[in-house]
Amino acid sequence: MAEGVKPRVKAPSSAAAGEAVVLKTLISHQMESGQRKNADGTAIPRSIINRFTCEFNGTSVIDIKMEPAISTNPYFEFEAVIPEAGDLKFTWYDDDGSVYEDVKSVAIA
Amino acid sequence: MEFTRRDTLALGMGAVALTVLPFRANAAADDAIAEFTGGAAMADTGVTLTAPEIAENGNTVPIAVEAEGAVAIMVLAAGNPTPGVATFNFGELAGAHSASTRIRLAGTQDVIAIAKMADGSFARASSNVKVTIGGCGG
Repeated sequence: MAEGVKPRVKAPSSAAAGEAVVLKTLISHQMESGQRKNADGTAIPRSIINRFTCEFNGTSVIDIKMEPAISTNPYFEFEAVIPEAGDLKFTWYDDDGSVYEDVKSVAIA
Repeated sequence: MEFTRRDTLALGMGAVALTVLPFRANAAADDAIAEFTGGAAMADTGVTLTAPEIAENGNTVPIAVEAEGAVAIMVLAAGNPTPGVATFNFGELAGAHSASTRIRLAGTQDVIAIAKMADGSFARASSNVKVTIGGCGG
């Protein structure tokens, strides 16, 4: 497991029913591309987060397939429609099999 | 140095080879596009790709894609060692079909966005980004 991986999500705590809200996510991760070489000239093996998903009460909002060309500390900004009160679930899938999760509750204003 | 007829022909062939080679470099990107679209024709409008004209640091280049009514948007960097960047699949609860992120670019190149619409058609947009310092740690 990559060390020091910390997901951060910015989501509103409340929204009007049916409103589209902006979500911003950032996760600290090396995103080693597999292209870099170390001092001995051997390639550093690839170690990235290869998939990110966001769900609201089990319904998909976005599902992103990520490749090595995504920068260190992957950042995403997108919109979600909030039809009712519930939980936004954010999941990151690492190459090494680790799964990082974060959940944000949204109330209806 | 005298140029014989044979030398001149050889030079001409070399020049032709040089102009053809850059197209080969894009072959991987073309393959990725063909896999995504299944060889379907692509419209020039319908998808918006926002990228800076000049990126000082190729390690983090902010980009944004938007396509109304898209189910998926694929982003490619044709000049990277591996052209794939990301594929955004929009779910039922996606708001505006837009997303932004930060990507790595190895050098000055075209960034391509291809949107797959709900009706099965495809749209394409590309933007040339000048990169001052490449982002592949070379």
